Amino acid sequence: MENLIALLVAAPLLGAAVLLCGGRRLDRIGHWLGTLLAAASFVVGAVLFVDMLGKGAEERALHQKLFSWIPVEGFQADIAFQLDQLSMTFVLLITGVGTLIHIYSIGYMEHDERRRRFFGYLNLFLAAMLLLVIADNYLLLYVGWEGVGLASYLLIGFWQHKPSAATAAKKAFLVNRVGDMGLSIAIMLMFTTFGTFAFGPVLGATGETSEGMLTAIGLMLLLAACGKSAQVPLQSWLGDAMEGPTPVSALIHAATMVTAGVYLIVRSGAIFNAAPDAQLAVVIVGAVTLLFGAIVGCAKDDIKKALAGSTMSQIGYMVLAAGLGPIGYAFAIMHLVTHGFFKAGLFLGAGSVMHGMNDEVDMRKYGGLRRYMPITFVTFGLGYLAIIGFPGLSGFWSKDKIIEAAFAYDDGIRGWIFGGVALLGAGITAFYMTRVMIMTFFGEKRWQPAPDPDKDASVEPGIEVTPGEMPHPHESPRSMTIPMIVLAFGSVFAGAFFSIGDRFANWLAPVTQFEHPHPVISVPAITTATMVVLLAGALIAYLMYGHRPVPVTAPRGSLLTRAARRDLLQDDFNHVVLVRGGEHLTRSLVYVDHSLVDGVVNGTAASFGGLSGRLRKLQNGYARSYAVSMFGGTAILIAATLLMRAV
Amino acid sequence: MNPVNYLYLAALLFTIGAAGVLIRRNAIVVFMCVELMLNACNLAFVAFSRMHGNLDGQIIAFFTMVVAAAEVVVGLAIIVSLFRSRHSASVDDASLMKL
Amino acid sequence: MNTLAASVTSTGEAVQFWVLGTIAVIGALCTILMKRAVHSALCLAGTMIILAVFYLANGAYFLGVVQIVVYTGAIMMLFLFVVMLVGVTAADSLKETLKGQRWLAAACGLGFGILLIAGIGNASLKNFNGLGAANSAHGGNVEGLAALIFTKYVFAFEITGALLITAAVGAMVLTHRERTERAKTQRELSEQRVREGKHLPPLPAPGVYARHNAVDIAGLLPDGTPSELTVNKTLRDRGQIRDVSTEALDDLKALEQRSEERLGRDKDARDRDGQEAKR
Repeated sequence: MENLIALLVAAPLLGAAVLLCGGRRLDRIGHWLGTLLAAASFVVGAVLFVDMLGKGAEERALHQKLFSWIPVEGFQADIAFQLDQLSMTFVLLITGVGTLIHIYSIGYMEHDERRRRFFGYLNLFLAAMLLLVIADNYLLLYVGWEGVGLASYLLIGFWQHKPSAATAAKKAFLVNRVGDMGLSIAIMLMFTTFGTFAFGPVLGATGETSEGMLTAIGLMLLLAACGKSAQVPLQSWLGDAMEGPTPVSALIHAATMVTAGVYLIVRSGAIFNAAPDAQLAVVIVGAVTLLFGAIVGCAKDDIKKALAGSTMSQIGYMVLAAGLGPIGYAFAIMHLVTHGFFKAGLFLGAGSVMHGMNDEVDMRKYGGLRRYMPITFVTFGLGYLAIIGFPGLSGFWSKDKIIEAAFAYDDGIRGWIFGGVALLGAGITAFYMTRVMIMTFFGEKRWQPAPDPDKDASVEPGIEVTPGEMPHPHESPRSMTIPMIVLAFGSVFAGAFFSIGDRFANWLAPVTQFEHPHPVISVPAITTATMVVLLAGALIAYLMYGHRPVPVTAPRGSLLTRAARRDLLQDDFNHVVLVRGGEHLTRSLVYVDHSLVDGVVNGTAASFGGLSGRLRKLQNGYARSYAVSMFGGTAILIAATLLMRAV
Repeated sequence: MNPVNYLYLAALLFTIGAAGVLIRRNAIVVFMCVELMLNACNLAFVAFSRMHGNLDGQIIAFFTMVVAAAEVVVGLAIIVSLFRSRHSASVDDASLMKL
Repeated sequence: MNTLAASVTSTGEAVQFWVLGTIAVIGALCTILMKRAVHSALCLAGTMIILAVFYLANGAYFLGVVQIVVYTGAIMMLFLFVVMLVGVTAADSLKETLKGQRWLAAACGLGFGILLIAGIGNASLKNFNGLGAANSAHGGNVEGLAALIFTKYVFAFEITGALLITAAVGAMVLTHRERTERAKTQRELSEQRVREGKHLPPLPAPGVYARHNAVDIAGLLPDGTPSELTVNKTLRDRGQIRDVSTEALDDLKALEQRSEERLGRDKDARDRDGQEAKR
């Protein structure tokens, strides 16, 4: 069975190689080939899963060593895989959602002439992501980590002729690089501390290591997670990443890649468990991000960017849960999986809406679409109910647990603060998702004629649009609706399936341990409070957007709204602090270099030159002057001799 | 009188010769001053010879004379050829080894 | 003989030392202070002769003779020869041209001399053995030296011989000038003179008056100006032509003045005589 693990990565990697190197010959079958290989990977994963279920809880982890990668004395790195319950969860999520989105993309990218390349990139992403989650050491994980970064860059900038897409890709790459630096430093620290990268020895040796070193490693890992999972302060790239095709947003920037940070933290749980300070930092980052993303999500009129804010916020929940330790790991992963379902479904729904509306992304130009796109409406609606935590649906089960766990952080004020933040986040989630729902599917039609793609660069190319034509909303083709339906099923039932009887937590327990949280207030009280907050959020949203007509052009809004539209000034902050600061720093360094360093260097040279110029005057060419020096020297020698004799 | 006075005389003559080397510009006079210094040394050697009661000092003085003769021959030849080419016997005129 | 090289000096030697030593120092000072190189050379020769006397007084009979023969006889004559070649009348300016050179030289010389004398004074040089035994060991000073030179110092002696030969060859190489063209015969020279058309006859002889027929005095042309052609080219090149044209005119002027004075006095006397006669 172990030998099948490599196939998980090999199948999509083969697909990527064939599709990217195959050339135009493969244009007609390329998308089918890519989808087939993604599905093959899923089938392998499913077989392994069934096999795993047949074993006892402690014997489920599989290991496979392909070959020795860097066999250097004292520096052993292997190409080796580890498939345990945690990895298996990710494998199924990645291959499952990945396959669905491959299928969806067949329809969505039908008119794009570079569809083959798109599927090649998608397969590359799958291979890298699978490598990331089944690697058995941090170095190989790093390879996958960089691989998904590359695939993300390529896919965000897939429509590279749009300057905004190219810029967004560059931005994502650069911001991710900051996080990657954290991961590489963490790996170096691990090597110096433990002498190895493999998960087993590293995570098993945390007991004998100083807490300071573990805190340092933990904070570096957190930095890495912040970069990949778009957490504050490295969150700025995710909103712009929506420039990529919608399936990419669904797969990479909602369901899978952005959750890699959560995976990293949960995987390194042993390190964080032994470093409470780093853990606290994780919780704080998660709490801040979940509010940050939610507030941004409230103000965006672009449907994808609103969902991106939501993604940021939901990952904030996961990071918050992952920072809580053994009481939160399982819920973090559970929320990750359910979020993978409903957020992918929401994005696919958004893509379907855009598909029907001439690729319009502004929700203010939607309205009343429920009659024209019934399947999209129903699946999107189920995803909506799931994300806000409507009782019984997936989000309810997973998010509620996280709120409970947050209240259980400790018995004191911190438990109240983190629990309160999580609770407040739930309310804001209800608000912005209700807003999206109402503005898109309810109310009167606010459709606008299609813009001229020559004049407006924001139009997604690939789909023929006649300028000035009114949109004709229509249901999407079956290749797009079927994945949406499947994901909607997951959105509805996954949470209940996982949660009843702590099934999911027990499944993961051998890897992450599991403790029942003990919140500062009783669980029914928390659930009730969550429901109240949720209803309040939804009600406010209804009063603001469902009760009154929505203006086509956005009103100026309050200060907070305007700030949130600008992503809470994150780009401005980065520009002022990092870009300007960097420029000033560089300029001052240049100044220092010119004045101080060059000054010292040139000054030394000049002083030597001046000294030499003076010494040169001694060399006047007159033999008699030289004779005087010689004679004086002889006199000094004699004096020295006499002195030495006298002494 | 103590024969050590010869040594004082030799030191005096040597110093005078050295001062002449430093002061005079005429190459021939400079050369003469060098000879004066050599002679002062010879006087010291002879005095030492007497002091120690053996003839080795005189031998050294003898060799000094031989070397001085050779030196004079070559040195004067150099001065003559210098004078031929520069029409001057001043040591300061031959000061090309400077910037 | 033995008393001269004894460990204790006689009164005679003391007198000789003080008198001749003073003269030797004066000679040395004159050597470095005389303006003309020839005077310096003569003073140096005197000093060297005195040194020869001192050698003899110290029992170095062979060296004393060699000093006179080689130094004063050969080397100083070589010096004089070169001085003549360069120009015997050329006087050096004793004005210092290098800035600070004289002060530095004085300081160094003073310091050096004081140090040397202090060093000698410091050394314990009280015991003089005298050369009596050493000189009589082989039957005399010369025999003693010979014994040393041809036994103990034979290699140094051979090497100095080689040095002397090398020096002789070196001097010849330095002063020798290779002839780059064939020397012209007298016939060719006269033909050349005819072709050039000037000074067909031999050059005029120097000197005009009998008392100025020296070779360094230019002959006068009919208009009284000196002609440099009459002086040897070497003297011309050295600028050692003595111009006597003005001297002659000055002499003439002085003669005229003198005669006029005498004549005037005669006239005054005549006038006086005349007045007296009228009275």
